[in-house]
Amino acid sequence: MERRTIFPGTWFPILLVLPQLALTAVFFLWPAGQAIWSSTTRADPFGENSFFVGLENFSDLFGDPLYIDSITRTLVFCAAVAMLSMSVALLLAVCADREIRGRGWYRVMLIWPYAVAPAMAAVLWILLMHPQVGLVGAWLNHIGIAWDYKLNDDQAMGMVIVASAWKQVSYNFIFFLAGLQSIPKAVIEAARMDGAKGWLRFRTVVLPLLMPTVFFLIVVNLVYAAFDTFGTIQALTQGGPGKATETLVVKVYRDGVVNLDIGASSAESVVLMIGVIVLTAMQFRFLGKRGEK
Amino acid sequence: MATLVLDDIRKSFGKTAVLHGVDLSLHSGEMLVIVGASGCGKSTLLRLVAGLEEPTSGRILIDDADVTNRDPSQRDIAMVFQNYALYPHMSVFDNMAYGLRIRKLSDAEIRRRVDEAAGLLELSHLLDRKPAQLSGGQRQRVAMGRAIVREPKLFLFDEPLSNLDATLRVTMRAEIRRLQRRMGVTSLYVTHDQVEAMTLGDRLLVLHKGVPVQLATPMEVFHRPANTYVAGFIGAPAMNLLAGKLVQGGRAVALEIGETIPFADGPRAGADGMALTIGIRPEHLRLADDGFALPVDLVEPLGSETVVIGKLESGTLLTIKLAHAHVTERVLRVRIPPEHLHVFDAASGLRLEPGT
Ligand SMILES: Nc1ncnc2c1ncn2[C@@H]1O[C@H](COP(=O)(O)OP(=O)(O)O)[C@@H](O)[C@H]1O
Ligand SMILES: [Mg+2]
Repeated sequence: MERRTIFPGTWFPILLVLPQLALTAVFFLWPAGQAIWSSTTRADPFGENSFFVGLENFSDLFGDPLYIDSITRTLVFCAAVAMLSMSVALLLAVCADREIRGRGWYRVMLIWPYAVAPAMAAVLWILLMHPQVGLVGAWLNHIGIAWDYKLNDDQAMGMVIVASAWKQVSYNFIFFLAGLQSIPKAVIEAARMDGAKGWLRFRTVVLPLLMPTVFFLIVVNLVYAAFDTFGTIQALTQGGPGKATETLVVKVYRDGVVNLDIGASSAESVVLMIGVIVLTAMQFRFLGKRGEK
Repeated sequence: MATLVLDDIRKSFGKTAVLHGVDLSLHSGEMLVIVGASGCGKSTLLRLVAGLEEPTSGRILIDDADVTNRDPSQRDIAMVFQNYALYPHMSVFDNMAYGLRIRKLSDAEIRRRVDEAAGLLELSHLLDRKPAQLSGGQRQRVAMGRAIVREPKLFLFDEPLSNLDATLRVTMRAEIRRLQRRMGVTSLYVTHDQVEAMTLGDRLLVLHKGVPVQLATPMEVFHRPANTYVAGFIGAPAMNLLAGKLVQGGRAVALEIGETIPFADGPRAGADGMALTIGIRPEHLRLADDGFALPVDLVEPLGSETVVIGKLESGTLLTIKLAHAHVTERVLRVRIPPEHLHVFDAASGLRLEPGT
């Protein structure tokens, strides 16, 4: 059953959505329009005049091997973050589902990372992983493992993946837990009566019934990893060492804000915008399908 | 074919005691129905046998083997749930085959068993459908089929018909009975519906607030209810229960409504003046010109018969079931036939037999 409130008249409902529309216009439509406009322009070397170049910025972009590298890196990063974050969350949700009563603290601990600001989270990770002063980082070096995420590309990538995944675990956990709780208890019991235990039961009954949640979370996590991890990466590695952790969003920032190549940066952000639109459309389509059932 | 023994089964959830010592023994092939009001612990008892819950104390034996601490997968029991609990993501075929695949039966054997059960239950044309595409009755059949193909030692039914409409319930009731007889699988069937209990059970166990109050054949339970709870619970419309006192040296009862009725089957032990509860079924009350006056309060025509609820001046309600369809009188003249009295001790509620 769906609950709906219908407001009377024409102007009252418009009045109610107006603030939201205004926010969307100021913080999304206007900058988006600006980005699209500047993606078709190029500034002279002194940054005083800009002139129209059509789609040249875009053709330059896709001809640039560094940009292609960044795309590949972003794909790897997104896949790793989504997979790591979702599998950890699912594992925790399964445990919580089993122990749901009297374990309030367990859930609080799990939801807590979600509330931590990216910069704060990054500081926590630095305090843990810094090769000289970090709790874990210094210890790793102490026991003979050469750990330095500021020098080693793979270690840097590994760290931003783990830090980004960690922040998203809470969100995934809540959805997985809700998904698990919505599976009728009797269906699980029927499987128990049929003799299915442990992993077999999880694989053949629980997981298939959880698939709608899994699909939904895959999209959400990809969007998160692609766009919302800027703060975490910027605070931890600033995209370095070299370009080792420079995902597409970080590159937009570096090219535009640091290197002041507004045209290229805008073109990159337009490409990203198209990415978000596609992913969001997939998500809506999918949620719509679920609603029809 | 298997026997099932429950030995002093108790179950508490935290501080709430739900079952207070159930002893039960099912012979091989028997269908025993557990009947009781909602919340009396029927499902809990069934879930203990299934292995979905652990008893607080007591033992469960299947074929003389103690299974009390065994996982459901080690008990070889099939259960039909109230809401069917079908696997929503599997076809009808896969729903039935699931338990067999887990037991690693050959594909040919699985096919054979599922086809046979589907034939019995008229599901053959639905094997590719998902549960969501089935009607309530069809889902019920799939749930039955899933139990049948397992060829288990024991069937458990937890109010399997309560979600069906009245007509379907009657058909499915007969079908369950036929299948159970035919397969000869020992079965425990739980219901709150006394008609279901009476028609399905080889024996009934009446459960009242977690206490077993009577274990007997349906006819025995109907004709000789062990206490006033059973007397009021089994039979529709419910038995009239009237207050009275033992008189004439135990040979008669003086009812509060003013009648004194001799016991047709012999005197009851006890001092004169002892408080009694007298049961008389609505269908046993007679109309008689010399009877007492019963002002009619409500008439419920059921077609072939009519239920009349009368209200005596004392405020006592008396239900009478009449074989004819038309009741126009404002006052009926009613007689209580001595040969149909049920006599209970008012203090304990227990049945009093003659000469004891
Ligand atoms: N898991 C449980 N935790 C606490 N109380 C329960 C639980 N399961 C059942 N009960 C209680 O036990 C009593 C009997 O329940 P149940 O066996 O389901 O009754 P019935 O099937 O006869 O309607 C009810 O009062 C119910 O609230
Ligand atoms: Mg129940």
